[in-house]
Amino acid sequence: MYTETQLIKDATKSSSNGADSDLVINVGPQHPATHGVLHLVITLNGETIKKLEPHLGYIHRSIEKMCESLSYRQFIYVTSRMDYLSAHMNNMACAMTVEKGLQVEVPARAQYIRVLMSELTRIASHELWWGAMAMDLGAFTPFFYAFRERETINEIMEETCGARLTMNYMVPGGVMVDLHPTFQQKVKEFIQLFKSKIDEYDELVTDNIIFQNRMKGVGYLSKEDAISYGCTGPVARASGVSSDIRKIYPYEAYKLVQFDEVLETTGDSFARYTVRVREMKESVKIIEQLIDNIPEGDYQAKTKAVLKLPKGEFYTRVETARGELGVYIVSEGGTTPYRIKFRSPGFSNLSALEHMAKGSKIGDLMATMGTLDLVIPDIDR
Amino acid sequence: MFSLQGLTNSIQDWLNATFSPGWVLIIQCGMVILLAISLFAVLGLALVLMERKVAARMQIRLGPNRVGPMGMFQTTADTLKLVLKEGFTPDGADKFLFNLAPFVVMIVAMLILAPIAFAKGFQIWDINIGVLYVSAVSSLSVIGILMAGWASNNKYSLLGAMRSGAQIVSYELSAGLSLLTIVVLSGSLQVTDIINSQQNGWWIFKGHIPVLIAFVIFIIAATAETNRAPFDLAEAESELTAGFHTEYAGMKFALFFLAEYINIFIVCAIGATLFFGGWMPFHIGNWQQFNHIMDYIPSSVWFFVKTFFLIFLIMWFRWTFPRLRVDQLLNLEWKYLLPISLFNLLLATVIAIMGWHF
Repeated sequence: MYTETQLIKDATKSSSNGADSDLVINVGPQHPATHGVLHLVITLNGETIKKLEPHLGYIHRSIEKMCESLSYRQFIYVTSRMDYLSAHMNNMACAMTVEKGLQVEVPARAQYIRVLMSELTRIASHELWWGAMAMDLGAFTPFFYAFRERETINEIMEETCGARLTMNYMVPGGVMVDLHPTFQQKVKEFIQLFKSKIDEYDELVTDNIIFQNRMKGVGYLSKEDAISYGCTGPVARASGVSSDIRKIYPYEAYKLVQFDEVLETTGDSFARYTVRVREMKESVKIIEQLIDNIPEGDYQAKTKAVLKLPKGEFYTRVETARGELGVYIVSEGGTTPYRIKFRSPGFSNLSALEHMAKGSKIGDLMATMGTLDLVIPDIDR
Repeated sequence: MFSLQGLTNSIQDWLNATFSPGWVLIIQCGMVILLAISLFAVLGLALVLMERKVAARMQIRLGPNRVGPMGMFQTTADTLKLVLKEGFTPDGADKFLFNLAPFVVMIVAMLILAPIAFAKGFQIWDINIGVLYVSAVSSLSVIGILMAGWASNNKYSLLGAMRSGAQIVSYELSAGLSLLTIVVLSGSLQVTDIINSQQNGWWIFKGHIPVLIAFVIFIIAATAETNRAPFDLAEAESELTAGFHTEYAGMKFALFFLAEYINIFIVCAIGATLFFGGWMPFHIGNWQQFNHIMDYIPSSVWFFVKTFFLIFLIMWFRWTFPRLRVDQLLNLEWKYLLPISLFNLLLATVIAIMGWHF
């Protein structure tokens, strides 16, 4: 039997055919910095990285295949488990694809709720990333600060959706249930709190001289490379690639709100860091514009009990916290999809890691990998 | 002034009256060993608890609060667990060196304890080259760490040990030079002489800017020498999992862990002795009343308060700063700290010769 140990041994062997002075180390599948079961085989010369090979598949659950045997209502729940930090956006992308096929118009109230939930999720996801990023660089305290604010969002989610992480709140035609009566007030309170806390974040981490030295000029990704590796989301925007789906192909209530697409041009780890921190502030702006104007009306469009998509191919994309998530459904006209493919942002972003980390120190690898904001279940699916 | 000298003298008198001189020496050695080991255990446990409480305070948590009153026996329970665990040696490891390394680190930490004055007249060995002895012995601990990293037969351990070697050897220089500043000013290497020279004011107040600079450099170098964040590259959890002690478990790991905290205590004790006057109470010029009140506080309390203040400072660093990269760490030492401390030593020498200090 081909065991996992053998797999790691073989991977190590195939990478070690260089000079004798090379040191091959396995970062992962169990390692504090990979935040999941990512396995990197690194060839080192001293402390300098000569070669880096990501090995994937440790948490592959064949979600795409599973979706083929589930109905159009059911398969959305599985997708919460892909990028579990932006579960709302995953669900929304799938719901939007099904709506596209059914040609259902989503009620205005549901559109507002969807965008509000997505932006709250984006803040929660970036918060977690911010804490984990600082922890990758050896500062533990920010992690707790980030979780303090994230907890508030989780409580808001829990009240309305009934779950904290895998919400399964978006359904074809709208959202599952109406907002909790205290939702608006709690979100406003959170926004007030968060605005003061985000300055605290800057004081604690962003302005720290050690942190800036660790991040600036590290893991450089040029604009051309970002495009050719297919990077999306904050990773691409830090290299100056305008790639915000919310701006380019506005969906749901994003057409109605004013916000800036955050762009940086330096393309190093610090740029990726600033993009995410600034994106949190933009999300706050979006929430502020929508929270007082949620229209009354239905929260769900009338749909049939059993959904059947017409024969054909349907594709939608949304901007998750990590980048562009594409959902591609091939329908044969039945009650289940014939084929589903997810274009996950993490996979393309990870592919640029070797290019960015080559020639740098091991410490820089953590600074680079942290800013990619990898969620391994999203990459392996 | 409150002093423990009476106690130590009466014990010695009693021993001399009861036993022959040879036996007295052996009994005294035994007592010192017993005291040092128990001090070690208590200090280690107290410091680990303190670190956890400080960390919790900074991270909006409560910290240990279940075992005993305010969680005071948490570290004791943890140590008991570690003692009872299997002393595991990995298959590919060099068994002899692997098992020796934690003891080397521990013994070195114990040896540095000798010249430290815990209170007035309460000192194990008042050697006349105290400061030199401390800086010489403290650089030995790198041998234990290199030994552990090499013998583990683990690539992470080896990388951690390599980093640690480069780091400790480098920072030894500026730590030594900043200690020399005080030696130059007080004119002696003996710890008691240095403390007595601060009777009319601690060096941090008397020595003008050079001593302040020396103190800042000393704190940085001390943090680096004890492998503490932001200089914890030898462990570097997110990079090297646990660095040089990745393969250690049970009591052997606990020895490394305790040695780290004892080392913190020792460097802070030395800092307190040299810069803050050791057990000397805080006096202000001619305020006789105030000075008398300060004299009533026992000298051991003064020593421990100063030491724990410095320990708190070092813990504060750890829970605030991110880690440096290995080349930035060495740049900091060789390009900034070393030239500054060399120039600073020169300045201190001029001040000492001209008698410009208070």
